[in-house]
Amino acid sequence: MGKIFAVTLALIAILSAVPIVMNYWGPPEDISTHGHAIDEQMKDTMYEAGFSFLAAQFILGLFIWQYTGRKTGDKLKTFPGGAKGLVIAALVLVGTEILALGVIGQKAWASVYFAAPDKDAMTIQSQAGQFAFYFRYAGPDGKFGGMHPDKIDEGNQNFFGLDPENDVDARDDVISGELGVPVNRQVNLLLHSKDVGHSFYVRELRIQQDYVPGLDLAVHFTATKPGRYEIVCTQLCGLGHYNMKAYLNVMSQEDFDKWLKEKSGQ
Amino acid sequence: MRTKQMLAALLMLLICPGLMFAGTVSGKVTYTGTPAKPKPIDMSKEPSCAKEHATPVTTETVVTGANNALGNVVVYISTGAPDEGQVPPQAVTFEQKGCQYIPHVLTMHTGQELKVVNNDQTSHNIHPLAKTNREWNKSQPPGTPPISEKYDKEEFIPVKCNVHPWMHGYFAVLKTSHVDVSKDDGGFKLPNLPPGKYTITAWHESYGTKTADVTITGNETKDVNFSFTAKPY
Repeated sequence: MGKIFAVTLALIAILSAVPIVMNYWGPPEDISTHGHAIDEQMKDTMYEAGFSFLAAQFILGLFIWQYTGRKTGDKLKTFPGGAKGLVIAALVLVGTEILALGVIGQKAWASVYFAAPDKDAMTIQSQAGQFAFYFRYAGPDGKFGGMHPDKIDEGNQNFFGLDPENDVDARDDVISGELGVPVNRQVNLLLHSKDVGHSFYVRELRIQQDYVPGLDLAVHFTATKPGRYEIVCTQLCGLGHYNMKAYLNVMSQEDFDKWLKEKSGQ
Repeated sequence: MRTKQMLAALLMLLICPGLMFAGTVSGKVTYTGTPAKPKPIDMSKEPSCAKEHATPVTTETVVTGANNALGNVVVYISTGAPDEGQVPPQAVTFEQKGCQYIPHVLTMHTGQELKVVNNDQTSHNIHPLAKTNREWNKSQPPGTPPISEKYDKEEFIPVKCNVHPWMHGYFAVLKTSHVDVSKDDGGFKLPNLPPGKYTITAWHESYGTKTADVTITGNETKDVNFSFTAKPY
């Protein structure tokens, strides 16, 4: 009986590794300049964790196979050095593994989050609120109008609380429900939340960053492939969370200029 | 002889109240100045709604027509209405279709039944922001029966959807059913008014209210026009 269990255990371990080794559920195509480092890191983590998982399952199976059917009265075999040694060995092994992943991984992470955006990066501001994303471009004057929470009037499309009546900078700001960006140009995205915590997640961009109410956060990226990609909220934000999404529209510079002009002409 | 005449007069009253109470107030609502341009609404996050609109949808906060006509203005009798307290038995319907509220401004009598219908393939969460009435906020998945509600006090209530931030409308809860909402040509009509003195109020969601006094003496049509000052922003 124990031997059957040992074999089943090994089989389950192998079967669950197949889709990962064969890359059945791989990430979608990477369309950012920094994404490859994150993909590499994910791969390393997967190899490392996968190897440990398989090793642990096989050793467990081996022990079951070897020591099953023990008769009462047989002497118990113990780990050399006793339980203390075992715990220390496990701690050192797992500790080294996690530390190594962290040290190597921070490079991929810091390259996105700790580096300052380029000087000529295009700044776009986003406002997240229950349950939609909105994006704002500075317009021809290159300046964002101030935000006044008391002026927010969503029924009148004033999602950012602009005051064009008194604020000249706000008059040419372009508001869009879609995040249009030019291809191969760095974008510095400012994240602002109107109400609760939200998250900006584009799988293809390999970016996931929370919106925190009261904090102005920023994330920068360069998209390398034109197309339409889904932006989803990945921080449970209320009843309509499942429906909180927008689209990232990566366009050639020419198309982007046209798109922005269309948006501002409206 | 006298009795016969009396009877005839009574019969007249019974059969032709329309003839007796035939006073009408009608007119046009206009604006001066430059109103803000309607802003396009981006519904791309809700494809089931976006595909219902062949032409881009714009905001309905300020709806204008030719010759400075102003639409969506609620014109009603604020003082002297003969039907105060007479709650119409039929319900009024507020429809959610294509992720918009139809009509944009819905008028109803205090105590009158309000039915909220969801004719979309997506969930809505209707949230009228009442201040003097009781505030409520109800989720309505597609295919669910209409929500039935009523309001006890007079109030202009902004309505929003907690799922689709661009959805916006108004409930005008009034103590009268002598009310009209101006069309795109600015026109309105308040028929069937018995003789008397009335105050007519015109209300616009961004431009405020205007009033006018009018006296109906018999079978006549009085012209009353309202003009609002438009704001460019």
